Amino acid sequence: MNERHITTKQARPRLRAVGALVAAVSSLAMLSVPAALASASPVINLTLEANATLSAKNNTEAVWETKYIIPGFEKMMKAKGVNVNVSFIGSGVSGEDYANKLALEIRSGSGPDVFDLDGPYVGEFVEARYLKPLTLLAGPQVDSWPGWAQIPKSIQATAKFHNVRYGIPGGPDGRVLFYNKQLFKKAGLPTNWQPTSWAQLVSAAQTLKAKIPGIEPLQIDGGAAMGEATTLQGFLPILAGAGAEIWNKATGKWQGDTVPMQTAAGFYNYIYTHGLANASLQLGSNGRNNTFQAFAESKVGIYLESEYLYISVLAPGTLYPMPNEAKVVGWALIPAEAPGKGIRHQNFVSYSGGGGTFLNPHTKNPKIAWDLLSYMYSEQSQLQLERMGKPELNSRHDVNTAYLSHYCTGVSKQSCALLRFISNKVLPITAVRPSLAVYPSVSAQIQQLAQNLATGQSIKRALGTYVSALDKIVGPAHVQNS
Amino acid sequence: MSAPTAASPIDQRPLRGVLALFASRAGFYAFAALVAAFFALPMAWLVLAPFEAHPTFVAGLVQPTLDNFAVVFKNPDALASLRNSLVLAVGTMAVVVVCASLAAYALSRVKLPGRDITLYVLLLFSSVVTGSAAMVPIFVLVYDLHLINTLEGVILVLAGGTLPASIFILKDFMDSVPTSYEESARVFGAGPFRILKDVVAPIVRPGLVVIAVWSIVTVWGSFLTPFILLDKPSLLPASVEIYSYYDVGGSAKLPLIAAFALVYTLPVVVIYLIVQHRYGFRFFGGIKG
Amino acid sequence: MSARSTKSSVRPTSRTADHPLGQIAEPSLGPAASLEAAGPSGLGRKWAAVFLTPSAVLIGVFLIFPAAWTLYLGLTNFSLVGFAAAHTTFEGLANYRNAITDPEFGNSLLITLVYVFGSAIVGQVVLGFAMAWKWKDWRSPLRRAVEALAIIAWIVPSSVVAFLWISYLQGNIGPLVEQGTLDFILHISTNWLLQFPLLSLIIFNVWRGSAFSMMLFNGALQSVPPSYLETARISGASEFQQLRDVVLPRIKGHVLTDVLLISLWTFNDFTPYLLTAGGPNGQTETLPVFVYKVAFQQGNLGYASAISLIMLVINSVIAVVYLSLLRSRNT
Repeated sequence: MNERHITTKQARPRLRAVGALVAAVSSLAMLSVPAALASASPVINLTLEANATLSAKNNTEAVWETKYIIPGFEKMMKAKGVNVNVSFIGSGVSGEDYANKLALEIRSGSGPDVFDLDGPYVGEFVEARYLKPLTLLAGPQVDSWPGWAQIPKSIQATAKFHNVRYGIPGGPDGRVLFYNKQLFKKAGLPTNWQPTSWAQLVSAAQTLKAKIPGIEPLQIDGGAAMGEATTLQGFLPILAGAGAEIWNKATGKWQGDTVPMQTAAGFYNYIYTHGLANASLQLGSNGRNNTFQAFAESKVGIYLESEYLYISVLAPGTLYPMPNEAKVVGWALIPAEAPGKGIRHQNFVSYSGGGGTFLNPHTKNPKIAWDLLSYMYSEQSQLQLERMGKPELNSRHDVNTAYLSHYCTGVSKQSCALLRFISNKVLPITAVRPSLAVYPSVSAQIQQLAQNLATGQSIKRALGTYVSALDKIVGPAHVQNS
Repeated sequence: MSAPTAASPIDQRPLRGVLALFASRAGFYAFAALVAAFFALPMAWLVLAPFEAHPTFVAGLVQPTLDNFAVVFKNPDALASLRNSLVLAVGTMAVVVVCASLAAYALSRVKLPGRDITLYVLLLFSSVVTGSAAMVPIFVLVYDLHLINTLEGVILVLAGGTLPASIFILKDFMDSVPTSYEESARVFGAGPFRILKDVVAPIVRPGLVVIAVWSIVTVWGSFLTPFILLDKPSLLPASVEIYSYYDVGGSAKLPLIAAFALVYTLPVVVIYLIVQHRYGFRFFGGIKG
Repeated sequence: MSARSTKSSVRPTSRTADHPLGQIAEPSLGPAASLEAAGPSGLGRKWAAVFLTPSAVLIGVFLIFPAAWTLYLGLTNFSLVGFAAAHTTFEGLANYRNAITDPEFGNSLLITLVYVFGSAIVGQVVLGFAMAWKWKDWRSPLRRAVEALAIIAWIVPSSVVAFLWISYLQGNIGPLVEQGTLDFILHISTNWLLQFPLLSLIIFNVWRGSAFSMMLFNGALQSVPPSYLETARISGASEFQQLRDVVLPRIKGHVLTDVLLISLWTFNDFTPYLLTAGGPNGQTETLPVFVYKVAFQQGNLGYASAISLIMLVINSVIAVVYLSLLRSRNT
């Protein structure tokens, strides 16, 4: 990385010549030159970056990339007669910082050749020209990659913008309602619970409140300090249950003061003004951690979250290990307001996030970078990743199936059961956030809206504030009211 | 003055004086105790959580353990990051102390037109470049100077940002040094560098300590600059490394964060104690008297 | 520095030859010549230029250049990501108009001023001075210990400080969340950061920053000759009179420097974000937090830069007040 950075500018005049040479060499390599000739060819340096480090953050992915992907890829290329040297850049910061730094680097014509990026940033990066269509960058070999056939269209959307491929998507996640079976039992509620409407959800919360004092019956994030959690596992799934996605792909308009928005706002207003959810917990900068801890201590009845809650927060050896978590934690689909009232007339709704791996538009070796990218997402490589114990759904159908039926022993049986539930029941009904550059600004306003509702502002006033802020961000012409 | 120093003339008075002295001493220690508590209490978490097997966001010690440190020290990046922090902090401090001494001395002794205004404008500018809005210009600048991914680049940027305030602080100290010492030194043939180094610097030592400690502290806690300018994992300082103890969901892994927080804080405390011990406020001026 | 200096008795001429800028500064400035050329100190303008060069270069390249560029960005719609990143256009004063008419900006400015006045100008200066003054002649390891505590509070890195103060001020929310250290000691149940957010931040910042003022005043008080104080005391001057007549006139420059610096630093301090994230409901959204939200979360760097300039202008008002106070000192 270091050398690459330094040479980028100094050697710019010579770059074209070198680039041509490299292109020539790599096209020769494609014709599979004998290995003897290859040893004389120059070494091609590639860099691969992820928000993961070998020693601390997201360790499994970093180990997979350095111990499996890099040596495997280098060996494979060598056999084809190309000397490639891949170095891994591990990063260990927040998703926002990671993306901002990538943007800074790519903007200056540097940055890693291949990198991970979270889904919501794709649109912003494309519009800023920090990403180029894969086919344009690496040629027709992209479209003939057999892996695409294994990745469901809905998951492919995470790495697409205006229906053009920019990278290969990673595994998706999904949101469900987690509930505490112990508390449910105590309150006389069924431990095998699946509400089919908001009314049933609310009534379960009311029963919990009445029967067990001192717990928070329901946690649906509603604070600006919780950030994106309030949007993604708070307001958006509720809005989906009221029948709308925040941005209408067909009309290109954002939800303003519409019926679904009023319905969703009404739900927030109800649960927070009837003491079913705790507004104080939403306001502090530490609300999310407090909720995790409270759930682990069996003080929260129902909690809308992604599988992250179970796998990375409550499971043994994670953030807040919950005693006997395999028996205590239950999960259910998020119901629409009433059956058939959800988006696409669904009975249940969910939201998914996810990211992918992308190529730097300034890479000097786009074809070889693509070789690396497709190698990372080959069936074998992905199976290897899953086997290394990362309890996560895979974007590849073949890998996912094999994983869920054979290899999913990573953390616990319950983790596998949850992943199966999400893969089979949640992903078919899920929705994704719009991958647009204005989304983060709109999301900030949604968080403020949810917080205003949670702290008791009237629906009308809260929506009024929201719409006027939205008008400023996207322009009144792109706001749907009525 | 209420300090419990050796008996002063007032103490010679009879009983009333003794009572007053007693009251003033009690008040003196009450003030000291209050101040100590005010500063110490919020640190409970820093002292307890690293040694707790299951730390929470509240200070407490139920299950003492040293395992958290074992995990942190097993991480090669953790120690490397402390070393990098040390290089950045001491490097910046050296640049700042040398440059600021020269500049503050010159500004104190020679009246240049617009001197004061320029200093204020620079001070104001330094708050612009430390803010998040200056991220892009700084990155591009350092990139074009081919200093990206070098500790030197980070040192220069941080020094540029801390110099105005350092010059500002130091100039006050230089101003209060009488010029008579310098004159006699000059009569003996000492040049300006020599005079600054051997005559002025020892007198303004308290000021030098203030800016040295201040620049070390500023660098030690600085996140944004080193983060955007470095990406080789082996070069990252502790201020960046600490964020790798958050998980992918953005939640703190408390046992590790707590242990690393203590490991991250202690060196700068030790540096301070060394600087204070070696160069601290040992002489009680009177140069003017 | 001074410890090593005794050995290297380098003559000024040879030193200048080593110096990269040796040619600019003629080494002909003998004692007599320099006394003529410059003020009483004898440091001529040429030498002053040599002395100023390293700082000027560093500041010019790494401070003025990026700062000026940042201020230029304030006139554009520049953004790090999104469409505006690739198609940045010159917007003139649009960002400034938006900022000034933005109610959130006005709100932030007010909060920032209260925060600066309460925590810096009153809190840190008073506590810092009190510590330096009251303990001026206290020669005991206890003093070192208490001072060390204050200094640790000042040097603990911000990312760590956030944990400390959350654990200190956290109040139990219903029975859900454990109570923090302060509630535990006082046997009360107050959620400080939610019920008294700005007051909590002010107290936090007094804790955080008083050590700097203490150190500066410790140094400054050494320039007050003890004999003057002794004389004043013997002649029966009260503590207040001593401060007013003997101490303040001598350290006024330091006091003003201290006030100016910590006001600026507090004005631009980002740490409140780590404690309260600007909440609850924007009650602690100081201007740096506002800029951060605009710059990072919404990616609007042009707007954020414009607000930086507005902050600079407000800061310069503080500086002008300072400057006029300084002038009044000199006359």
